[in-house]
Amino acid sequence: MSVYLALGCLTLIFLVPVGMMISGSFKPDSLVLQEAGQLTSFFPDEIVLTNYQDVFARVDFAQYIFNSIYITGTIVLFGLFANSLAGYALSRLHWHGRKLILAGVIALIIIPLEAIAVPLFYEVTLFGWRNTYLVQIVPFIANAFSIYLFYTFFLGLPRELEEAARIDGAKPLRIFTCIVVPNAKPVFAAVAILTFLTQWGSFLWPLMVTHSENVRPLPLGIALFYTLPPLQWGDIFAFGVMMVLPVLVVFLVFQRWFVQGVASTGMKG
Amino acid sequence: MSTVEFRNVSKQFANGTVALRDFSLKINDGELVVLVGPSGCGKSTILRLLAGLEDVTAGDILIDEKIVNQIIPQQRNIAMVFQNYALYPHMNVRSNLEFPLKMLHTAKESMAQIISDIADILNLQDLLDRKPAQLSGGQKQRVAMGRALVRNPSVFLLDEPLSNLDAKLRAQIRADISELQKRLQKTTLYVTHDQVEAMTLGDRVAVIDSGELHQIGKPTELYQSPQSIFVARFIGSPGMNIIASRLQKGSNNQWVAKAGKLVDIPLSKKPAKHFLQEGEFVYAGIRPESISTQPAEKCLRLRANCVTTEFLGHETLVYFYLPGIERKTPLIARLPGQFHPNGKTTDLFITPETVYLFHRNGTAIL
Repeated sequence: MSVYLALGCLTLIFLVPVGMMISGSFKPDSLVLQEAGQLTSFFPDEIVLTNYQDVFARVDFAQYIFNSIYITGTIVLFGLFANSLAGYALSRLHWHGRKLILAGVIALIIIPLEAIAVPLFYEVTLFGWRNTYLVQIVPFIANAFSIYLFYTFFLGLPRELEEAARIDGAKPLRIFTCIVVPNAKPVFAAVAILTFLTQWGSFLWPLMVTHSENVRPLPLGIALFYTLPPLQWGDIFAFGVMMVLPVLVVFLVFQRWFVQGVASTGMKG
Repeated sequence: MSTVEFRNVSKQFANGTVALRDFSLKINDGELVVLVGPSGCGKSTILRLLAGLEDVTAGDILIDEKIVNQIIPQQRNIAMVFQNYALYPHMNVRSNLEFPLKMLHTAKESMAQIISDIADILNLQDLLDRKPAQLSGGQKQRVAMGRALVRNPSVFLLDEPLSNLDAKLRAQIRADISELQKRLQKTTLYVTHDQVEAMTLGDRVAVIDSGELHQIGKPTELYQSPQSIFVARFIGSPGMNIIASRLQKGSNNQWVAKAGKLVDIPLSKKPAKHFLQEGEFVYAGIRPESISTQPAEKCLRLRANCVTTEFLGHETLVYFYLPGIERKTPLIARLPGQFHPNGKTTDLFITPETVYLFHRNGTAIL
């Protein structure tokens, strides 16, 4: 019973800010902070859509969401392709230096973006990529953690399946696409969601390498509301709701596979 | 015409493990050869080498008189049934059977015909739309056989295909495999650790241990004339009793293997190997079924202590200790019907003709 109580409290701690954001987005701006801290703030007396109208009026929201979907979607798609192949090569193919590369991949997992942001900035400046979609996509396609997730999942797939396909006459790429990928849906879903979540909320790197609204993603859009007067919390909450919605949809659609994938890759949630 | 030959094949893995040493074997067209041996003896490695899933370290593998060492698996025209069936879990039975044919770019019409024929042979018609997860062990096994057969391979490899089945199903599928092999006359290499499977299925049986071929021959040859202690112990259920002894000339000039101080095991004749001297250390071998509780003409009587009995229905396995012999390995007798030990000691009878003799290095002498 006490366990359920503790878990219930934890759930509340996580849900309260989300609830506040949703209810705040439907309140007149003047009431948003006024009622904060009270239980009644979750149940607005008056529901208005002015905050949402404000968002569309003050910034080019459609452009921001398009940028975010385009950047995140491209990273997810190319990331699944490149990282799954890398994970497969590390787990199944025999080549010189494989163990060294694997050790390198594992070591890279612990290096945060902040540690390499400045040298990476110089590099992309050298390539002339600043203020483009490319600069926000290319550095994040290959991902050490994704490669490691694929690697551990492929290790657990019965080798006989691939050997049977080899004897049946399938070539390596055919084995990968026809036998390995269909049996690795959980890990593909897990990597897709994890990559999507990380990239959807990406802030520091786009801030460093872009300056135009035409290529900037949603997190930089929401930041504008803090710097463009007047500071209206209702608008920020409305922007936040619209920003979180796609994430929720993606998670709900892939939830079953995601849980399966996280469990089967041995990663603790 | 499909023959298979291993010529002095050795296999050493990257970690230094030697799986196979100087292995030579020729399998004739349409023959079913069973490779039998304990776990880790290298028998599955032989199959994988022939399939092209592993590379040989030394020696040659020939299929139809052609060296195939450098030929990739799909071009060897072989088919393999794996221990865990290796059915593609995301495909239904029909797609599993179609997969090898698609790889061969078979026309759709002939593909449907082949699958229909194979489904008829293996009784798979009702299962074609099911996924592997919806099949029982026996059904999976039949689908795996079907997937191997659709390509009409020249050589058929089976890697412990019955080991995941229960005893009843195993006996049934064993009979099915035997019947199918006789009907299709495919050259077949069958790997198992179960000597009953080996004896019942194989035209010839190859006994392997520690990467070396101990003996190859017809099942009756292996049973009646084992060339080593390992084969004698491995073939037969239970295996042959092996008793450490010394060669001696007993009364009436009859040669005996003297075990301990009290047990004289009579030999039918003097060992042919001239270098064997009286007093030489040897091993005497007695099959459990050669031991009787009924006296017969010219047989030896042994007094033994009964330790335990295992009643199997039509027969009883009885474990005895012989007087004056170290109590490490009991003498096992296979006696008909139900055996009730009458008192502590029992009289056992053995005829000299049924006693085997092995050199101290394990090779057969008599």
